Amino acid sequence: MLNFINALPGAISQGLIWGIMAIGVYITYKILDIADLTVDGSFCTGAATFVVLYTNGTNLWIAMLASLLAGMLAGLVTGILHTFCGIPAILSGILTQLGLWSINMAIMGMKATVAINVSTPELLDKLLVSLRFVKDVANGTRPFYRHPILVVGIFTAILILILYWFFGTELGCSLRATGSNQNMARAQGINTDFCKVLGLMISNGLVSLSGALLAQYNSASEINMGRGAIVIGLAAVIIGEVAFSKLFRNFGLKLFSVSIGAIIYYIVIQAVLAMGLNPNYLKLLSAVVVAIFLSIPYWKNKYIRASVKTTKEVSTNA
Amino acid sequence: MLEIKEIWKTFNAGTVNEKQALRGVSLTLNDGDFCTVIGGNGAGKSTMLNAVAGTFPVDAGTISIGGTDVTHLPEFKRAKFIGRVFQDPMMGTAPTMQIDENLALAARRGQSRGLKWGITKAEKEQYQEMLRKLDLGLEDRPTSKVGLLSGGQRQALTLLMASLQKPKLLLLDEHTAALDPKTAAKVLELSDRIVAENHLTTMMVTHNMKDAIAHGNRLIMMYNGRIVIDVSGEEKKKLTVPQLLELFSKVSGSDEADDKLLLS
Repeated sequence: MLNFINALPGAISQGLIWGIMAIGVYITYKILDIADLTVDGSFCTGAATFVVLYTNGTNLWIAMLASLLAGMLAGLVTGILHTFCGIPAILSGILTQLGLWSINMAIMGMKATVAINVSTPELLDKLLVSLRFVKDVANGTRPFYRHPILVVGIFTAILILILYWFFGTELGCSLRATGSNQNMARAQGINTDFCKVLGLMISNGLVSLSGALLAQYNSASEINMGRGAIVIGLAAVIIGEVAFSKLFRNFGLKLFSVSIGAIIYYIVIQAVLAMGLNPNYLKLLSAVVVAIFLSIPYWKNKYIRASVKTTKEVSTNA
Repeated sequence: MLEIKEIWKTFNAGTVNEKQALRGVSLTLNDGDFCTVIGGNGAGKSTMLNAVAGTFPVDAGTISIGGTDVTHLPEFKRAKFIGRVFQDPMMGTAPTMQIDENLALAARRGQSRGLKWGITKAEKEQYQEMLRKLDLGLEDRPTSKVGLLSGGQRQALTLLMASLQKPKLLLLDEHTAALDPKTAAKVLELSDRIVAENHLTTMMVTHNMKDAIAHGNRLIMMYNGRIVIDVSGEEKKKLTVPQLLELFSKVSGSDEADDKLLLS
């Protein structure tokens, strides 16, 4: 139990970082209505791009910006495969993801792992987040405002504000319309192909950025770090929805709930590990949990009759 | 306003399902024409409307709207000229977006969409007023999701959306077919009003011969991918259903089609 409580700040920090990735998944899965599997590859692309640039002396923020752009490029490829080449969205994502494995290896100079040098306190101090900061703040050797929860929390809040603004603009509205009803969108003069590509780019840009943050947190980029990212993202989206859908109707708050969803996911994982589960079973556990949550809405429609109250509400709307 | 010249369209060419849907259709609509389109199942009515809207490219022929050749323009670019209401009430609106957001999307049809707000405060008030005029009780809940509306409410909203940015051409594709008779009558009446108020050039596909005669100033009947009857003006005003049936059997050369038309 003590182990679990000690591990909580770390779990929350990680959850917040993965939460940015989950917000990216939310944009494709919920807004555009596309299941985009590119993220498993573009997460590592972001990490690899960041680590390689950073260790070669590039400014931290420029390296993060480069990660964002690299992810957007990955999204662009998936988008073009889907719209211009007419390949189904899922398959387009899988193709990009597969190709990205080689590209990620190439970025990292054909090494499976590239570490960030944090051997001296000065080098470590330059990073935005690191898992060592969690302990340092607890020990009092580092000021509280360097705590990853606070730093990534603010980072997430800024991203949510930008996305909230964007999806309220004319362009953002046309993206939402494209995901809601393509026929309607086209009839209203919206270039749906362009919107899908743009949505995929924004989504994968965020995923990549999340990868860059995790690479800093772990002070390394690793070729397999994005494996299963899509499932974690979906889990966060679903958990956030189940927990907060009644409470949050505002779009910004919905994005916030995705981030919370990712935190809950990591706390649960931490709890399961504390109970002594072999970590190798984690992926199976994630897959099972997500499968169950994805089935619930279907089962609800099929096997459970609507309550009389909801039936009446619907008929008064008719 | 609309000029269709000799358009042809074959679906599934070269397969057992090959279907010549349009076989040299030509039609010219003048500014302010309200043309009703009738015909049996598979006559090519909806195909003609979709060809004009740009849902698919035609195999041959040209289409121009208001003097602009749109034959090779994609659907979303043609939308600048065209307002549409579909047969399926689900098709014309974005269900996960609010009523006023749908209207705001329609108000920007044909304009470039940038980073200005998707809906302004002034617009919200304006839309509420428009919804009040619709008289469907929607003015009280402009921020409701459209997915919660009934089919009739949606079709009325789609009509309003189609006319918001005055189109050069309004296409109504059996837009009352999926509604109950009472709602259908109301939506039809609303269509008449919107067409008259905005002086819109309109094509309306319908299965109902009475509606086809009662509305508009021109009537065309399609059969087997061609326009076989085209009446307008005084001649159309005097037209009755039996006369129309007689005309049809003369042109199509068969009687059996009568029942099909009447029943459908």
